[in-house]
Amino acid sequence: MNWTAFAMSVGLAVAAGLVGCFAVMRRMALASDALSHVALPGIGLALALHLNPVLGGMAALAIGTLFVWGIEHRTRISTETVIGVVFSLALAAGSMLASGEELVDALLGAPGRLGPWETALGVGGSLAVSAFVLTQRNRLVLALVSEDVARTSGIRVARLELLYLLAFALTVTLGLRYLGVLLMGSLTIIPAATAKHLARNLAGMFAVSVAVAVFATLAGEALAVHFHRPTGPVIIAVAAAVFLATLPVRRTA
Amino acid sequence: MAVLSQNALEVARLTVAFGKTVILEDLSFEVRAGSALAVIGPNGCGKTVLFRALIGSLPHQGLVRWAPGTRIGYVPQKLDIERDLPLSGRDFLAAKASVVGAGPEEALRALEAVTLPHGAAARPIGALSGGQFQRLLLAAALIGRPSVLLFDEPTAGVDEPGEERLYQVIHRIQVSEGLTLLLISHELNVVYRYATNVLCLGQGRPCFGPPEEMLTPERIEQVYGAPLGYHHHG
Repeated sequence: MNWTAFAMSVGLAVAAGLVGCFAVMRRMALASDALSHVALPGIGLALALHLNPVLGGMAALAIGTLFVWGIEHRTRISTETVIGVVFSLALAAGSMLASGEELVDALLGAPGRLGPWETALGVGGSLAVSAFVLTQRNRLVLALVSEDVARTSGIRVARLELLYLLAFALTVTLGLRYLGVLLMGSLTIIPAATAKHLARNLAGMFAVSVAVAVFATLAGEALAVHFHRPTGPVIIAVAAAVFLATLPVRRTA
Repeated sequence: MAVLSQNALEVARLTVAFGKTVILEDLSFEVRAGSALAVIGPNGCGKTVLFRALIGSLPHQGLVRWAPGTRIGYVPQKLDIERDLPLSGRDFLAAKASVVGAGPEEALRALEAVTLPHGAAARPIGALSGGQFQRLLLAAALIGRPSVLLFDEPTAGVDEPGEERLYQVIHRIQVSEGLTLLLISHELNVVYRYATNVLCLGQGRPCFGPPEEMLTPERIEQVYGAPLGYHHHG
């Protein structure tokens, strides 16, 4: 592996580990996984129009995120329900627009064909997402515990939620080409779920989640090369194995 | 700093409705700076809705005017917190301190004011007892030097000795810091002891006045739809 690919893998894993912490704590694990699938129709459309599929996926995710946020704030329907509907629609639209092989690539990722600008976007985007989560962590914590406490502390809660959803969607977009739609959602959720089980405070949660995400990514890449398997599924298998292995571990008092 | 004779809050013709269901209608009252207002009434009469409208969390009609420069400390009703949430009490207090631009020493001072042991503050918030969690929320509300404290049923989920201690803590802080206090409570004896004015929501028109006028047996029966004592611990 060369240095740019290494930087890309680690950057993506760090961003996914951090942004996933709040997805898991906000009990939107399944919702955020489903949200990642919203990229599909954009990818399908971009392929049909001979555009870069990552741009298509990014556009679809941005629109999907605004749509989900808008519905949630205009009606009293929960995020989970809204995303469930939008996700199914996106999957249907995506399969209508893309051919079988392209769809498999989009779902499971096709690494090894990253252009220089894609790598630059990946590293830059990962830095932006990580910086967002780390600098906004206190606002996110207050909004998580009580929206009313957050509001009376001067936080614009609706705007913060939109920014968080966009950061999540951006993380998924960055991993699209690399891990695919299906697996990028998992790389944000599984390490964070492991951390939620093991950690007792926020710093511990961040540390465990990032460590699991980076370890799964690097170990997964090495194992994939060794066994001649596609990278994405091996990464997620490693992450899931770490999660399952830590289940019997109890948090010490 | 507000002068004692000024109003901390003025509410005029406040109406809150969800769709066609009117929760609060044409409500008007004032809260003097440094005084304590207790809001009483049966479950479902709109006490929490009133508080959330006052802080701008719910759309409403009518006037809600806080004194210029008001800083609100909000203690919400018991929260639905997952037991295994990896957030410690310290994380929560540090978050509040950071967001309102207070130093870490203010979080320590707040912990001491509510007499929450440091060991308890280091534990995950989902693992705290009802009383400890309420005191943690109170400590968070005190960070940032609020001029007004809003309490939504501070003793829900707290046993009786803990309840008495919590009210004593609240009262002591209110007096020593000269805070304005808005309090939702079912504990009529506490309301009688500590409140400057009482706002009754519930059946019939809302009524507002000092406790000795508001907490008569006839008035209580009118508000709760049952004689005094029956809803005492409701």
